[in-house]
Amino acid sequence: MSDTLLKVRDLKIGATIYPPGERPRDIEIVHGVSFDLAPGKVLGLIGESGAGKSTIGLASMAYGRGGVKITGGAVWVNGRDILKGSHKDIRKLRGAEVTYVSQSAAASFNPAKKIMDQVVEAAVEQKKFSRKEAEARARVLFAKLGLPDPDNIGERYPHQVSGGQLQRCMTALALCPEPDLVVFDEPTTALDVTTQIDVLMAIKEAIRDTGVAALYITHDLAVVAQVSDDIMVLRMGNTVEYGNVDQIINDPQEEYTKALVSVRSIEHEEKAPTEEPVLSVRNITARYKGTQFDVLHNVNVDLYPGQTLAVVGESGSGKSTLARVITGLLPPREGEIEFAGRKLSPDLKGRSREDLRELQMIYQMADVAMNPRQTVGTIIGRPLEFYFGMRGAEKKKRIIELLDEIELGEKFMDRYPAELSGGQKQRVCIARSLAAKPKMIICDEVTSALDPLVADGILKLLLDLQKIEDVAYLFITHDLATVRAISDNIAVMYQGKVQRYGGKSKVLSPPFDDYTDLLLSSVPEMKLGWLEEVIAHRKMESAGN
Amino acid sequence: MSPIVKLLAQRIALSLLLLLLISIVIFAGTIVLPGDVAQSILGQSATPEALANLRAELGVNDPPVQRYFAWLFGAMQGDLGTALTSGQDIAQALSSRFWNTLFLAFWAAVVAVPLAIFLGLLAVRFKDRWPDKMISAVTLASISIPEFLIGYVLMYFIAVQLRWFPSVAMVNDNMSLFEKLNAIALPIAVLTLVVLAHMMRMTRAAILNVMQSAYIETAELKGLNAFQVIYRHAFPNAIAPIVNVVMLNLAYLVVGVVVIEVVFVYPGMGQYLVDHVSKRDVPVVQACGLIFAAVYIGLNMIADIVAILSNPRLRHPK
Repeated sequence: MSDTLLKVRDLKIGATIYPPGERPRDIEIVHGVSFDLAPGKVLGLIGESGAGKSTIGLASMAYGRGGVKITGGAVWVNGRDILKGSHKDIRKLRGAEVTYVSQSAAASFNPAKKIMDQVVEAAVEQKKFSRKEAEARARVLFAKLGLPDPDNIGERYPHQVSGGQLQRCMTALALCPEPDLVVFDEPTTALDVTTQIDVLMAIKEAIRDTGVAALYITHDLAVVAQVSDDIMVLRMGNTVEYGNVDQIINDPQEEYTKALVSVRSIEHEEKAPTEEPVLSVRNITARYKGTQFDVLHNVNVDLYPGQTLAVVGESGSGKSTLARVITGLLPPREGEIEFAGRKLSPDLKGRSREDLRELQMIYQMADVAMNPRQTVGTIIGRPLEFYFGMRGAEKKKRIIELLDEIELGEKFMDRYPAELSGGQKQRVCIARSLAAKPKMIICDEVTSALDPLVADGILKLLLDLQKIEDVAYLFITHDLATVRAISDNIAVMYQGKVQRYGGKSKVLSPPFDDYTDLLLSSVPEMKLGWLEEVIAHRKMESAGN
Repeated sequence: MSPIVKLLAQRIALSLLLLLLISIVIFAGTIVLPGDVAQSILGQSATPEALANLRAELGVNDPPVQRYFAWLFGAMQGDLGTALTSGQDIAQALSSRFWNTLFLAFWAAVVAVPLAIFLGLLAVRFKDRWPDKMISAVTLASISIPEFLIGYVLMYFIAVQLRWFPSVAMVNDNMSLFEKLNAIALPIAVLTLVVLAHMMRMTRAAILNVMQSAYIETAELKGLNAFQVIYRHAFPNAIAPIVNVVMLNLAYLVVGVVVIEVVFVYPGMGQYLVDHVSKRDVPVVQACGLIFAAVYIGLNMIADIVAILSNPRLRHPK
């Protein structure tokens, strides 16, 4: 066996794209990338969406997703150029020598089959182990990965375990055939921060104990710094910087890497509450129709004019339900909402056009929040017509003003959503909500689907617009860095209750309640050894109690 | 298991309700139809007195609601009334024909369903390549040609020229199974050609839809070959839509074979129905309508039950 497990040289990857109204054409998405990986080592591939990191990861299994094709270069695994192998050679490699852990275990497990059947399938099919041996090995891995009831969890179906548990099962699936290399493709991105830290630790220990090598793909530099030996920074299919983890984090050479390391440059001074809140949520208790339990329990929060209230919490904490109650989509069981000095009807049907105009909303998925067959001008112009009856030149003038405010400009007026990038789409959604001249905008995870640098730009824009338009934001997010950047007041939600509420500086300074402490300490920090520190700290604390 | 039991009970209750409503529609429909049974039995030269007597005897003068309930309770006890034209007991006359129809439908399904699913899997495996295109072209062509034409063409070549199978599908109780199958070989072939395309294309579409899922990629990255991926990972998740279209076609095999029965002179229900429609024999038409409706509703109910049972979220609640 050679001392390099995976050797990639001048890898070029192409894809066929189908632009609307044009002929399909071939483009190159990875332009000659080279790296080496020794047995038992971990290489982090980091970059924004479109950097080609997943594509490179899958290329190490000779796989191209959709119409993606490897067009040049060489990939050696254990001394064999796998790109020159036959279909049969490639099938022997996959699931035996190289395995894969995807971002969404929930989607990557077959819903119709038991977890155990799927975990051992590759090992048995590739004749690495007998069915019995593989099952025994899977149970050992389940235990090692910290899954509850490791002896029986394999008998369950994927929908019967939680998202974090399923992600660990996927790691067990990848490790079961005793591969030489595992490709981890954003394995913790879809998880809550408090879950992410446990899965991250489980993965790190599993890598260490089994001596397997790994390609760790993520957009989160703080995460990759915890598990990698080397890091390669990628941008638009090119290598930006390649070095060991210490050098990349502590001494980045390239401008782009520096920007990634120091992302979240926003400084926002907390504003003091003014006398009258624009929105008062009073004693709201709510449940969904046909269910037996409340998802919100006695929630009380205030939002002041021209300020930002961040509602932070993990999935299932009730933060999006709160938005549904405020917008009238889910009438509460108890409590009431006061908005701009008047009581709001609990049901959407009872609200006036003025109520609707003054309370706007921006969503996480900008793509699906816009009609793909309307131009940007039509999309932004619609609220101008609907609320203010604007027509012709007057409307056009206002659309251009709004496009200037979101830093896109007049030339975007005739474009369709499909021609915009993710950040540009979100900007159009912001302009659409501002067109109504609202007093308040509910922002529901508006930066969660965006790359860090793009998200940063959106947050800056929102803060600038707040100053110009004097609009209040109810900012729903699971990301604490975003909360720090943008909020004046913070409400931490947990299991449908407001766990902690007040000004930013007060909420984010000790002493903390247990949940807020757990939440804050789980956010990955951009420094080496952070993961071990936190885990050691938690173990000490639980031993002390 | 309680949510799934509740769901199944709801589905079965819904089917029974639907059948009841259909029975009302059938009964009402045959009442509003123009024509007079007494007139058609006695002919144009009948005297008004004779017509009135016969109408009273047939119970045509009773209020419709009373007649409906009498008919419904009779039908529930297996008494479908007597045929006006021949005075025969309908249930008795129908039973042998109904079993003949089921016999033909069953053997057509035994050939057509596995063949359609196999061709569907094959089309997925070789998607957009020549086997896929050929399967699509042939099955589409066979569904586009009227079934009586296929029937006569097969009859001419296979029965008349090659003399492999008989052209007339006469069966009776004294024949062995093999003799019966030999007799109905040609109708089976025609029915298979008629229902194949629909089931095969639905199988193909349902599996291709599942093939977009992330877990198919997982299976491919385990090094499984294409058939293993399709058979083990895609097919179990495509069962519900496939069973649905299979059941629709089975229902068609039972209730839609009128033309084939006439072409091959097969003693099934379809021919019996057609004969009595032309004679305005209302009780027979009602009875056939009710049986066809029950078959249709029953098979669709089975499709829904299979869909419910094939959903792991319902079978294994959290």
